[in-house]
Amino acid sequence: MSVSDMQPPIVDLEEQQFARAQRRESIAKWALPAIMLVLAIYSWDRIVVWSDIPHYILPRPGLVMQTLVADWAMLSDALWVTLKITLMALGVAVIGGVGLAVLFTQSRYFEMAFYPFAVILQVTPVVAIAPLIFIYVDNRLAGLLLCAWIVAFFPILSNTTLGLSSTDHNLRDLYKIYGATRWQRLRYLQLPTALPYFLGGLRIAGGLSLIGAVVAEYVAGTGGIGSGLAFRILEAGYRLNIPRMFAALLLIAVTGVVIFTLASLLSHALLHKWHESAIKREN
Amino acid sequence: MSNTSSIPPIGQRDELLQMSNVDKVFNGSVEALKDLNLTVNQGDFISLLGPSGCGKSTALRLIAGLMRQTSGQITWNGGLNEGDLGVVFQEPTLMPWATVEQNVWLPHRLRGKSMDDVRGDIMWALKLVGLESFQKSYPRELSGGMKMRVSIARALVTQPRLILMDEPFAALDEITRHKLNNDLLMLRDKLKCTVIFVTHSVFESVFLSDRIVVMAARPGRVSAEVTVEAPYPRTEEFRTSADYADLCRKASDALHGAMNQHGERASA
Repeated sequence: MSVSDMQPPIVDLEEQQFARAQRRESIAKWALPAIMLVLAIYSWDRIVVWSDIPHYILPRPGLVMQTLVADWAMLSDALWVTLKITLMALGVAVIGGVGLAVLFTQSRYFEMAFYPFAVILQVTPVVAIAPLIFIYVDNRLAGLLLCAWIVAFFPILSNTTLGLSSTDHNLRDLYKIYGATRWQRLRYLQLPTALPYFLGGLRIAGGLSLIGAVVAEYVAGTGGIGSGLAFRILEAGYRLNIPRMFAALLLIAVTGVVIFTLASLLSHALLHKWHESAIKREN
Repeated sequence: MSNTSSIPPIGQRDELLQMSNVDKVFNGSVEALKDLNLTVNQGDFISLLGPSGCGKSTALRLIAGLMRQTSGQITWNGGLNEGDLGVVFQEPTLMPWATVEQNVWLPHRLRGKSMDDVRGDIMWALKLVGLESFQKSYPRELSGGMKMRVSIARALVTQPRLILMDEPFAALDEITRHKLNNDLLMLRDKLKCTVIFVTHSVFESVFLSDRIVVMAARPGRVSAEVTVEAPYPRTEEFRTSADYADLCRKASDALHGAMNQHGERASA
């Protein structure tokens, strides 16, 4: 190290090529998706123009943006409703998923008894359960929340359960030798071990809670005040207001991307100091 | 461990731990250990040497209290108290999410002591292994040898009466291993601690220990004991001396004897 500080660095041809390739890649990482997105939107626009497709079949991207601005008051209210349900469902999924996972690892018998229920809830399509939920649950918000929660909690539960039981066996022995209590083992060993697994589950659950919220709104169907984006899509569909459908759809997609990005940033913030997944290798 | 006088010669040391007629049977039929008798004295550096499957690690796990013997007794002189044991595994076994000082804090932390209460102990242990300037580093920033040093510091931080080491340097390269061997002897000289060291290596066992307990497999038992009279401190010169070569031959013969015993049993 100290030698290379004093002498001018010797960069051979291979190193130069490698550095060039790396620079290229770091630019392409951002530029390529951006260019492709612009190209896709542009060709969408061209296809509509060249084929003379009427706007009530497929609107031009510009019209979608205009509608988004024109209907912003209504759409932003709807976005807020959907977002509220999504985030609440995600919050309850985190609490429920992690809580259940901790109970599972504390007692094998508890896991044996209740794991099948978690699987049944997960594999049954939420669209199939939702009508029943809205029959039994009077409060509309509670019903929506329940639907979104059923979809979102499982990846958190299964990932966290896996993480909590993935502790290094030597560390487990060490904790035993030093007389650690159950609580100490959970707090100092199992929870940190499970953190990367949990964050992986959170990224999946974030998207799923949005899907759950949208699907539940479709099924719940009642309009009026407090309607979310899914209801606006349905309503616009009945009125053949296709640009508004696209505008609402765009908002849902953007919301999903934002949730995923936030979860990824959280993951990076918590893991970058120590976890393998966050470490960049030279070669 | 805090006394500054030198370790008395073998035969004049106080008893620390006695294993008498210890059996350990797995699955009702596999005799991992049969009639094991071993007395550990204060200041002993004992190497458990033997082929794989001879029950070295099982013996260590029994002493550590990680499993219970099927029959026989393990008695501690003065009883086994908190902080009496330090353990070093083959892997450094550090928590990757914790800094070096947090890792070394662990034995104290599990006894409910705050970092501030034991910061002195932690720095003392890190200084012993030469890593005092790495207290805030994460394990992934350290080399294999340095991780092992952190692991040793963690074992030393409670000033244990007995340190158990289960092939701690087996995964390291030869140069690093020699360096750590030298440093371990220096620590032992400074701390007057008692060590039980499990190893596959004849050379390592002769260089480090004053008692080599050779074990035989199926069933696991003590087959021979070789006493290494060479005086401490042992340096690199000892490694190249004729004494060392003789002792290695002696230990090697004992090891082969142990393995042949097993061969005769198998063919009988």
